[in-house]
Amino acid sequence: MWDYFKLIALGLVAVLAAIAANYARDLAYMVNAIEVMLAAAIAFIWVLRTMGSAPAPQNEYFDDVVRAGVIATTFWGVVGFLVAVIIAFQLAYPVLNFEWAQGYLNFGKLRPLHTSAVIFAFGGNALIASSFYVVQRTSAARLFGGGLGWFVFWGYQLVIVLAATGYILGATQSKEYAEPEWYVDLWLTIVWVFYLVAFLGTIIKRKEPHIYVANWFYLSFIVTIAMLHIVNNLAIPVSIFGSKSVQVFAGVQDAMTQWWYGHNAVGFFLTSGFLGMMYYFVPKQAERPVYSYKLSIVHFWALIFLYIWAGPHHLHYTALPDWASTLGMVMSVILWMPSWGGMINGLMTLSGAWDKLRTDPVIRMMVVSIGFYGMSTFEGPMMSIKAVNSLSHYTDWTIGHVHSGALGWNGMITFGALYFLVPRLWARERLYSNTLVSWHFWLATIGIVLYASAMWVTGIMEGLMWREVDSQGFLVNAFADTVAAKHPMYVVRALGGVLYLVGSMIMAYNLWATVAKQPRVAAASVAAVPAE
Amino acid sequence: MSKKPTKHHQPDTTGHSWDGIEEYNNPLPRWWLWSFYATIIWGIGYSIAMPAWPLLNGATPGLLGSSTRANVQAEIDRYAAANKPIEEKLVATDLTQIANDPELASFTQNAGAAVYRTWCAQCHGAGAGGNDRLGYPNLLDSDWLWGGSIEDIYLTVAHGIRNDEDDDARYSQMPAFGRDELLDDTQIAQVVQHVRKISGQEYDAALEAEGAVVFADNCASCHMEDGTGDRAQGAPNLTDAIWLYGGDVDALTYTVANARFGVMPSWSFAPEGGEQRLSEAEIRAVAAYVHGLGGGE
Repeated sequence: MWDYFKLIALGLVAVLAAIAANYARDLAYMVNAIEVMLAAAIAFIWVLRTMGSAPAPQNEYFDDVVRAGVIATTFWGVVGFLVAVIIAFQLAYPVLNFEWAQGYLNFGKLRPLHTSAVIFAFGGNALIASSFYVVQRTSAARLFGGGLGWFVFWGYQLVIVLAATGYILGATQSKEYAEPEWYVDLWLTIVWVFYLVAFLGTIIKRKEPHIYVANWFYLSFIVTIAMLHIVNNLAIPVSIFGSKSVQVFAGVQDAMTQWWYGHNAVGFFLTSGFLGMMYYFVPKQAERPVYSYKLSIVHFWALIFLYIWAGPHHLHYTALPDWASTLGMVMSVILWMPSWGGMINGLMTLSGAWDKLRTDPVIRMMVVSIGFYGMSTFEGPMMSIKAVNSLSHYTDWTIGHVHSGALGWNGMITFGALYFLVPRLWARERLYSNTLVSWHFWLATIGIVLYASAMWVTGIMEGLMWREVDSQGFLVNAFADTVAAKHPMYVVRALGGVLYLVGSMIMAYNLWATVAKQPRVAAASVAAVPAE
Repeated sequence: MSKKPTKHHQPDTTGHSWDGIEEYNNPLPRWWLWSFYATIIWGIGYSIAMPAWPLLNGATPGLLGSSTRANVQAEIDRYAAANKPIEEKLVATDLTQIANDPELASFTQNAGAAVYRTWCAQCHGAGAGGNDRLGYPNLLDSDWLWGGSIEDIYLTVAHGIRNDEDDDARYSQMPAFGRDELLDDTQIAQVVQHVRKISGQEYDAALEAEGAVVFADNCASCHMEDGTGDRAQGAPNLTDAIWLYGGDVDALTYTVANARFGVMPSWSFAPEGGEQRLSEAEIRAVAAYVHGLGGGE
């Protein structure tokens, strides 16, 4: 019965999408509508063919969706890093904004493609897959909602495809990290609500007496992102058959809403969610207990209370009133120690297992990841101070800061988690090659160092050049002079990106070889039983 | 200093276990906790000192009475006050006499360069070398479309070229000989070869002979019979080796067929009720600066 309902719904969606494509007012909308139609049609056929097959055993973990998530994370990671390298070279050598590709593959179009690919496609898939894995293991329960996990996974992939093709064809709200237009936002909202249902449902039916700390972080990430996403994307479509929409907020209110969203995308997507990842994979890989339960409680509540205030530091010295600016700065500085609480808990968990740094490159990756987390959560509060911000704002220093966090913290902890997950999910004894993990580790680390130091140099340099005035109060440098001066650092940055990309491709090969070339061992424990 | 215990005391775990993960219940690190307290206390103090807490109307102003807008205004006022006497002198001095006054010459060199870097460099380039691909004139050479005396440069900066926001903008328009079917393709090919000849480039002699006639009939009224141009109409000199849009056959053919329409904004333009884009002193300063770049007459 339920299957028939699904078939009717999918058929309806496919037909409506076809109608929407027919009446589309712009190309991006039409292509997006066709993509929705194809997705619904494929899902329709899939439901039809699997009707009546035996339901999955309810006492086993739902790992198929996690496996798919691991593959998607790896794939989108490599894609996102590749686009990154392309746009880094476009900045260093503007001639790479080819004449024939104007309007499609120039920097302005590819930049949001890169940010969305790495944050939402790579990071998002890593979070969804790892949260599904962790919540099942630490709740000793199968993922709630039958096939709901599949809906979340494929629904999220559809969001990525719609957003990416939309950007290239010009559908954008022009809000940083919230570029997708209204219909993609609506679809993501639906997917996200069901993600919450699947996650929370699993916690509710858990067989463990307590909720593990990783799940607090994952849950705060899922709940807060839902709130941020909905409020920041309040918009009225110009036409139901067109991609363009008009924002509900205007002026400085819109800017403030955007950066309340933007900073908490960092705080809850890239910090809270990834701390959830850290709290599971670091103690598992180190085979050590978590350092301090007390610290995890205190820093969790302090972190989620403080992060939500920090957005105004993106708008220092703008139309934003001084009082909002002050509050954003104060809360950002107080946020320093709560952020470091996570670093301490991660690093100290390894005490007693430091020897593993020599033998286990995966642990090494996790340690460097936590180190970069600590560094960028010190740098962030420092940059939020108005006096520092007056130098750093709008410069490449910000880009360097973001990337030491994104490449160092988010990237490395995800790589660590992937190296942990693949042998277990595919029932292989160990990874194909630890040597390749070492290569990946060094390439990525050197890449990040090149990237971040190049951006510090160029950021501080251009900040100083911009503000330089002579004794009569006249600006000394033309903007074009600052651009020309940055060229060498831009080349170094792009080379750092190449190293990081090559590292990730080595990882992709290593993970594939683990599955393809390593013998299968007797199935790892997939039965959902409490640990005690 | 108290003696360090030789072996770190490891507290018991909380007794929970998830998928094999246990938790110690170590106390909060002291340095961490005190640093956290310190930032909180600093935060309270800072938000008392600075504008911080929103109220129904406005916000707490802070004990220090700080305001970023007031700060930047004070800084702008300070420089404005310091430069006021010399700016007044600049406005009162005849343009041609600026270079003879050491004080004004030095000031316009700095002020003009700053104005140039902020407003002009986007098109004419940071080094004022122009852009011959996009048709922005080079300001370093002695080839001037509308005149290279300081008065001419001043007028060009103040009112711009071919814009529709300033009635005094310099204005002229070359006919689009091809698009408007004033000349056929053969005639255009011929006249292009003539222009190649008078500009001292290689040319096709057979086509050029006819082209000279086409030129005399259609082009000479503005560009003059010898092709040296007319600054009164902004008609470029075609006999020098300097090109605004390129001097190869393709570029010339495009120019003759479609004409060009280079636009420059009016820098004395003021929106209703607003200030001029650039003040009189700034326009004079940048005119003097450009005049002094090397090509000034």
